[in-house]
This record gives sequence, C-alpha cells and structure tokens, in this order.
Amino acid sequence: MMTTSRSAQIWLLAGAALAGLAGPLAGPAAAEEPQRGGTAIVHMVSEQRVLNPALRASTGVYNITGKIMEPLIDKSYDGPVGVLATDWSSTEDGLHITVNLREGVNWHDGKPFTCDDVAFSAMELWKPLLNYSSTLQQYLESVDCTDPHTAVFNYSQPMPLDLFVAAMPDLGHPVPRHLYEGTDIMRNPHNTAPVGTGPFRFVEYKRGQYVIAERNEDYWRGAEYPYLDRIVWRFIPDKSAAAAAMEAGEIHESGTNSLSMADIERFSQMDGFDVGTRGYENNVAHSTVEFNHRNPILADLKVRQAIYHGLDIDYAIKTIMRGYAKPGRGPIPSTGGANYTDDVTTYAYDPELAKQMLDEAGYPAGPDGIRFRLRHRPAPWGEYTQLWAEYFAQAMGEIGIDVEILTNDAPGFLNGVYRDHDFDTANGWHQFRSDPAVSTMVWLRSGSPAGTPWSNQFGWKSDEMDRMIDEAQAELDPAERAADYHAIQAKAMEELPVIFAIEHPFISVTSKKLHNHHNNPRWISSSWYDLWIEH
Amino acid sequence: MQLTQVLTYALRRLLQAVPVVILIMVGTFLLLKLAPGDTVDALVGDMGGADAAYIARLRAEYGLDQPVWVQLGRYMAKLIQFDFGWSFVYEQPVSAILWERLGTTLMLMGTSLSLAFSIGVGLGAIAARRAYSLTDNAISTLGLVFYATPSFFLSLMMILLFSVKLGWLPVGGLTDVAAFYTGWDYVFDVALHLIMPTAALSLIYLSFYLRLMRASVLEVADLDFVRTARAKGAGETRLMVHHIMRNALLPVVTLLGLQFSTVLGGSVVVETIFALPGLGQLAYQSVIQRDMNMLMGIIFLCAIIVVIVNFLTDLLYARLDSRIALK
Repeated sequence: MMTTSRSAQIWLLAGAALAGLAGPLAGPAAAEEPQRGGTAIVHMVSEQRVLNPALRASTGVYNITGKIMEPLIDKSYDGPVGVLATDWSSTEDGLHITVNLREGVNWHDGKPFTCDDVAFSAMELWKPLLNYSSTLQQYLESVDCTDPHTAVFNYSQPMPLDLFVAAMPDLGHPVPRHLYEGTDIMRNPHNTAPVGTGPFRFVEYKRGQYVIAERNEDYWRGAEYPYLDRIVWRFIPDKSAAAAAMEAGEIHESGTNSLSMADIERFSQMDGFDVGTRGYENNVAHSTVEFNHRNPILADLKVRQAIYHGLDIDYAIKTIMRGYAKPGRGPIPSTGGANYTDDVTTYAYDPELAKQMLDEAGYPAGPDGIRFRLRHRPAPWGEYTQLWAEYFAQAMGEIGIDVEILTNDAPGFLNGVYRDHDFDTANGWHQFRSDPAVSTMVWLRSGSPAGTPWSNQFGWKSDEMDRMIDEAQAELDPAERAADYHAIQAKAMEELPVIFAIEHPFISVTSKKLHNHHNNPRWISSSWYDLWIEH
Repeated sequence: MQLTQVLTYALRRLLQAVPVVILIMVGTFLLLKLAPGDTVDALVGDMGGADAAYIARLRAEYGLDQPVWVQLGRYMAKLIQFDFGWSFVYEQPVSAILWERLGTTLMLMGTSLSLAFSIGVGLGAIAARRAYSLTDNAISTLGLVFYATPSFFLSLMMILLFSVKLGWLPVGGLTDVAAFYTGWDYVFDVALHLIMPTAALSLIYLSFYLRLMRASVLEVADLDFVRTARAKGAGETRLMVHHIMRNALLPVVTLLGLQFSTVLGGSVVVETIFALPGLGQLAYQSVIQRDMNMLMGIIFLCAIIVVIVNFLTDLLYARLDSRIALK
C-alpha cells in the first residue's frame, strides 16, 4: 500500500498555531481586481553572491532565487502544494519515494523540464553539495526516471515521506541539467545568473547595487501570471538609510527584520505600511541561551534550571522583541505542526527561587554578592541577539552570577563557540526549518565533529536522547513520529541542554501598494507569481 | 623642472616603492591571518549552517587547509604576476570587482576633495584676511560645526531633509534601477545620486582645509617678504594671490596628498549609508566576510595609490616652492 502525503491534520494544527503569531499584519488583500505590470522593489541588507538555491540553502538566497527557480514542492497555509511536482507517494518500507513531475514546463532558455533535471540535481547537487541537504539525503542511493515525468528516489534507509515533503520547499530546487552537466558545478556561471522555471527570469546582477528579474512570458501557470513586470532587489547595508528609502517610497518591501526595531515600530504606526510577522511561519527562530557543559558548574542541572528561573522572558519579549514573539517551549516552535507540543516542563520567572537553587547547588554568594563568573558570547545576528545578551547579563547579575560579554563578528563568534569551545554561555538564533529532522535535532544529538556551526558543540551528551533522536528520524508513521518528537521536547525541557527561551518569527515592513503579499508561510522565499502592485 | 629630471625621479621612486609594497603585503597577510575565523566560517554563517564534511571540502577547495606560510607563498607568487586571485565570496576574480568599484570611489573622492579643497582654501583665505571680524567668526564657526559633525549623522540628516521630507533627491544607490536610463539621462541620474554623498563628504573635509588655510595665511602674511612686497607698492589683491596664497598653500597641499592617500578608507561610512558600490563599502564587507584575496587586493591598490599620490605631491611642492628640488 502507498502512504499518501497529505496528512491534513499536521497542517491544520500548524494553521491554528500560527494564528497566535500572526500579529497586527493585515491578511491578504481582499478580493480586488489585480493590476498588471509595475516593478516591485525589495530591500536586502547584504549581498547574496551565489544565486543558486541548489547550492546554498539560505533565506537570503531564496529571497531572490525563489522568484526565478522553483522547488518541486512548496508550502501553503493549507499544506504542501506541488510546484514542479504534481504528486508524491512512498512505498510502505520508506525506501522509494515516487514524485510525479509537472508536464509542459520549460526552463527560461526554452528547453523542457524533465526528470533528467531532477535526477541530476539530486545526485550531483542536493546530496553532495547543498548544505543541510547532505545530511537529509545521506541515504539517497539513486534517482530513477521511469518516464520523463516520473522520478523515483531510492534510499538505503527508510525516508519518512513527511520529512521529504517538509524539506522540499527549501532543499528541492532542480537546476537545468543541460547547463550544469560536465561543468565545474561550484564555478558554473549560472550560479550567479540563474536559469529556472519560475515566474520571473533573471536579467542582471550588479554587485553591491541590485538584482533585476523580469516577467517570464512563458510561465507554466498561464499568461495571466505573474502580475508584476519586474522585481528589483536593492542592497542597502545601512538600516537607517533603508528606512528612509522605505519612507520615501523607493522600496516596497523590507523583510526578515532588515530594519531596526525602532523603525519597524514607527512604520507600524504609519499609514501606508503593513507591518507584521505573517508569512514567516516557516522561518520561526528561537532566541537561545547555550551552555558549555564542559564547565562543571553548568554541567549541574540545578544551575541551568536556576538560570532559567532567573530570566524574565515576558519582560524580554515586551522590550527587546516589542511584543512580536512568545515564550519558547523547547526545540520545536509552535508552528511546527503535529510535531509540536506545549505539554512540557516550564520555568516561571522567580529570582528568589533561582537564588535558593544556586545555594542548594553549592554556589552561595561570596562577600561581593557574586556566586561565580561566566564568559558569554552573543551571536552578532542583529539587534535581538545583542540586546538579549545584555538582558541575560543583567538578569544573571540579579541572582549573583557575574556575566562578562565577549563580542565578536560572525566568523569570530562561530569559531569561539563551535570550534574552540571558548565560552561558558552563548546566545544566538536557531531557525526552525519546517521539520525537526532537518536542522533542529543536531542541536541535541551528540557526535558532531568540532567546528560544525549550529550543532551540539556544547559538550552535552545523553545516550538516551541520541537514541530517541535516531528513532524519530527513522519513524515512518506520522503519528508515531509526532509522539517521538513530543517525547524529545519534554526531555529537552527537563534536562535543559540549551534554553530555547523565546520563539520569534521575522518581521516584514511592506508598502500598502503591494497586494497578495505574505499569503503563504514562507512568503519571502516563495515565487510571488500572484503579487501585484497598485499603480 | 625638466622632463628627464622628472622621469629619472619617478623611476627611482618606483624602484624604492617595490620593497615597501612587498613588506606591506606580507605584513597585512600575516596580520589578517590573526583574525579569528576565515572565509569559510563567514560563508557558512551566511548560509545558516552546513555539515562538517561540507565545511572541510570548502576549506580544502579554497586552500585554507594549508599552513599559513604555504598560503602566503602562493599568494605572493600570484601577486608578482599581478593576479589578485579569486574572491570566494563574490565568485569572481578580485581584479574585476576592484576595477568596477574603483571608478565609483575615485569619482566620489575626486569631486568631494576638489570641492572641499577649493571652497575650503577660498573661505580660509577670506577668513584670514578679515581675521577676528564677524565674517571670520561666521566662517570659523561653520567650519567647526562641520568638523564636529560625524559623517553618518550629517548623511542621515541630509537624507531625512532632502529625500524623505522634500523628496528632491534619491535616498541612495548609484542609479534609479527601475528607470533604465541611457545616454545623458543616465549621466544626469548618476549625478543626482552623487549630490548628497559628495556634499556630505566634502563638508567634512572642507573644515580641515578651511582651518589650515586660515592659519597658514595668517602666518605667511607676517613674513618679511610680504612686508617687502607691500613696501614696494604691491596692491592687496596682487599681494594675496601672488605672495601670500602661493606660500600658504604648501601645508594645505600636504594635507590634500595625505587625504587622497586615505581615499579608499575615507568613504566607508558615506558609501555604506548611501549604498554606493565603492571600495570603502567593499573593504568593510570584505573584513566581515573574511574575504582575504579581496582585502589584499584593496590594500595593494591603496599602497599603489599612496605611492603615486606622494610622487605627485612632491612634484607639486617643487612647482610651488622653487627652493625644493627633485633629487
């Protein structure tokens, strides 16, 4: 028997969960007659350089290439939707996944899109070269093309269909085989001049300035789409200048917290702008507190619990995140669908209890009121992490822990924490990628080689947890799988290897001239075929 | 000052510069290696993570798994052939990007410095001639205000006034991307985009020239040869232009040479705020991304520019003051 993919229940739950996060952003525009034509201008803080989502899995890359190259499967608020795939199914043993591909789709250079492209991309790019995908596709043996529009993915170990489908929007962009085969893939010129099947075709990438894509006249969804003539991404590194450009009407969209929180708040009170977190349900992140368990003080569970009790999460949400967030409940965010549970141990703000627990753990306050000192490394991922680190230091000071903040830029931070393990505590973001198996569990499982960023480099090791993670990873039945992940969350909240303190989606500022915006859970990365602009 | 004399001088200066440049390059290479983290760390940070095997392969591909002295040797060998290497961040040859960016920065710095120099020298001279009068006080105060204003603040205030409130000038960038101008329209568009960054930069530089020129004129005006000229019946204008200004310009020219040498670093803030794709912004981004080849390329370019500008300053000196000879 074939298991079908459309486990509607997961997505209904996801929908219910995200309603709570939606914030004040207006929903998709009411049924108005879309206008054809016009140019949407999008703000980018930093340059993307490589424009190939089959080589670099990152939101910044999808933000541009998502309009030009399409994945097999995308996500909507009602569940997964086929883009270049129409249907998918798995054999009962989970070893073979069959994907039916859309017919009548052409690459931007006019060549037809077929299974050959998918098989080539999967074996030559997704499996060996794409970050995250090399773990996901670790057991992928081959991709067979039974006919030009049917691809069969063969695995040597069971691959849960749910995991495959959840990963495809981010990790399933095919490249045209005829432009990549026989070339040095990492140096292929199409990595910066992408050829795809999407609603917009690549025109120009002017480094340090802009990327332009224009309407694809041969789009498979029909001549009606896309509505826009052109999209321009402008690189504006200075946040204040970008806010001014937004205000002057020179840009229409600034996503993924690319403006300062003060400006975001200002725009939320101005006419003419939509501000909110809708459309980021698939990009929810956690603000964390990470422990170096090699430090015997922090290896003591009681100390970690005391630290959690010493943090006023609600205060941080109100001040640092300006309300666009909620308390974390473990490694999986509330938008995680059926795999999420909030039935876990929680740690209320109680500094007196925290002090008492530290006393009990054998760390009484010295004559100067200090119990012990910690060296803390904050990740330089913008305002949230810096302010959260400062709050952490301050809150710890109140319960007698002296925290020294060591600030680095990104390479310095990644080295200090993940390679040299030269820290006591650290904080950063951990972004959820729609399925806990994709990049979440590596935070809790032991055994990552030194130097792997965003992995368990904290020296925390639990054989029990490792076993639970491996079991969940191989579980094919969606209900069993969800139960496994609930158990993992409960354990993570009990043992606190990491504090997943605050769950926060990104925030967009959008000109009200744009319509049909933020209408799917990974909107900034999606194809924008139905976006239109008032003119 | 004869042509052959200048050429011999130029050649000797060039030969002297070679070991200096090599020393600079080796020194900075080693210094940059001391920063924690490399290109791959920065790339992986941008990507949002990758597994260890992937990271190790990238590092091997970029040659970062080799000992530092091997990397240095390889780099210097390439540099001798004027090959700046490949930027792993931009996935392009370094020289192509440098070339593209140099134009913007030279244009920005060229216009700002010449504006700052001519206006600053003029205002400084006027202030000195009317020393301690109302005009002098007004000019000096204005200079002080611009001198004390941080460039980022001045730039943002200008954006707020001229772009957001008045809507006269574009906020940033080099061109209006969506307009697709060609020919003179394009030139006009670029000029429009350069007004604010040029003004912001030149206003800050201007105060240096103004203050230096004022002090210098006051000093020269008291010297004996000025008094002699005046006694011989030279008019005030002739006195100012031929006798005082020419001599007072010497320290100001030194400053111009010095400032032009910092051409690449000087515009980091302004280029970043106005999103201008120049070398300043590139240098800043390259540090963050640990783009070694790019940084080394920029530093090499800086070193060359410093050598050339110093040479030109010396020539100008010899022209202004006949007591100085080119040896």
